[in-house]
Amino acid sequence: MQKVIVGNHAVSWGVKLARTEVIPAYPITPQTQIVEELSEMCASGELPARFIKVESEHSAMASAVGASAAGARAFTATSSQGLALMHEMLHWAAAARHPIVMADVNRALGPGWNIWTDQTDSLSQRDTGWLQLYCENNQEVLDTTIIAFRLAEALDLPVMLVLDAFYLSHTSEPVDIPDQALVDSFLPKREAHYKLDINEPHAFNALVKPDDYMEMRWHMHDAQRRALELYPQIESEWLALTGRYYGMIEPYRTDDAETVLITTGTVTSTARYVIDERRSRGEKVGLVKIKMFRPFPVEAMRAALKGIPRIAVIDRNISPGNGGIFAQELRSALYGSDSDAAPQFNGYIVGLGGRNVTPDTINGIIDHVQSGETVDRPDIWVGVKA
Amino acid sequence: MRELRIHGRGGQGAVIASKVLAVAIFKEGRWVQSFPAFGVERRGAPVTAFLRVADSPVLLRCEVTTPDDLIVLDPTLLDAIDITAGLKPGGSILINSAAAPEAYAHIGPYRIATVDASAIALKYGLGSRTQPIVNTAIVGAFAVFSGLVSLDKVCAAIEDEVPRHAEENVAAAREAAELVRIAQEAAHV
Repeated sequence: MQKVIVGNHAVSWGVKLARTEVIPAYPITPQTQIVEELSEMCASGELPARFIKVESEHSAMASAVGASAAGARAFTATSSQGLALMHEMLHWAAAARHPIVMADVNRALGPGWNIWTDQTDSLSQRDTGWLQLYCENNQEVLDTTIIAFRLAEALDLPVMLVLDAFYLSHTSEPVDIPDQALVDSFLPKREAHYKLDINEPHAFNALVKPDDYMEMRWHMHDAQRRALELYPQIESEWLALTGRYYGMIEPYRTDDAETVLITTGTVTSTARYVIDERRSRGEKVGLVKIKMFRPFPVEAMRAALKGIPRIAVIDRNISPGNGGIFAQELRSALYGSDSDAAPQFNGYIVGLGGRNVTPDTINGIIDHVQSGETVDRPDIWVGVKA
Repeated sequence: MRELRIHGRGGQGAVIASKVLAVAIFKEGRWVQSFPAFGVERRGAPVTAFLRVADSPVLLRCEVTTPDDLIVLDPTLLDAIDITAGLKPGGSILINSAAAPEAYAHIGPYRIATVDASAIALKYGLGSRTQPIVNTAIVGAFAVFSGLVSLDKVCAAIEDEVPRHAEENVAAAREAAELVRIAQEAAHV
């Protein structure tokens, strides 16, 4: 069934089709529509899940942890300050190995108080142990929601799917909504590997002394890295059912390219438009979209960028005092890879707090990196007023 | 690709208007993208919504700055903000107004039409006297004026997207489609 829906409702549909069982939620702009729609689905009986209204985002994640510990499939959604308030529980969910799925609608952190898109909220949860998947359009949002549960439950790790505020969350466009039977064949009911069960009592999360803690972290890290093998396999199954495939990364028109942009989220779409235009004029330009941020697909990025002389990373986020976060990750991923000459590598900061990123913005970045101008700092800010 | 910008005030239904048109045009087999200008909307404050129409998926993910068509839900906005900013030469403007389209010829070299969507909305009990909800009337007029989408598909989309008072909203759209007044020639400066 094809429907014209906003990105937020694409999440809600994915959660419904995944037959999610428990949804603890607290509203925050621009995420609210996700849980509002789910609450209506639960109230009408369309989705026979337990919807729990909680008093804060910290409690939302704590409830999701509890539900997951009891063996249920759990989901919540948040943005910005709400995600920040969850921070303690994010570590808990991952280290206790709960396959919770959460949507984060990227929103800038205040102050200055701002409701618009900016990736710093999700990226600053980098070290919590959650997998992170960034989406480009509403179809990808819906598909990724369903895929995220498969991935999470196979690894016993939580997955955050990430979408841009407004440019996806509140934008309506056609989305193919798969049949329930198709989704059921792809995503069976969760079989928890360990759960709270009154007939077989266990205690979880007791004191772990130094002689075991490190092993727990090794297993968590190992499970993250297994996602690099598993994710493409799961997506291949989705491809066979729906004809749609995204990949951990997606090189676009990079064959013979001399300049390659690195993009995430909706900036990727606008950049594709620019790449097509410049290709039609004979310029050797392409892009690589990064969908998966954790685990970071180091080998895939090295392979995709092998021999590319000029790389421009576009970051809609900032790690103050250093630079763009994707640029940092990629720079360390490429360090020591076997190419003879290191590429020209520029990092650009754009669109913070929801500022419009237009074809002109992206053309300006391509012109700048192609000029060969060397920059002695890791970040170049685009369009900042003097 | 064709790009539309809708100007209204909070409460008039600009965002729903863009969604109704998106759904109607999608029903005719074309690709659409509609979204509001993202703000913290308040009743009465200027509101903007956008629509892109194309024959393949829309890649642009930024606000519409050079529209082909404009819809103006409140004529007082013409004096309040730079309505025609970026409007392409020869582009179209549909204004909710009781005046004849020639009264707006001074705006510039554009195709101009008017329809008294407020009166039509009131006739069908949509909104209140001080705050008529004019979005469904105006999209009916837009179907005829723009030729971009059929009136029947617009009415079907209203039934999908505006479940409350669907019958009255469809009637308003059909009446506006009959009453829309289109300036005979492109106006000249």
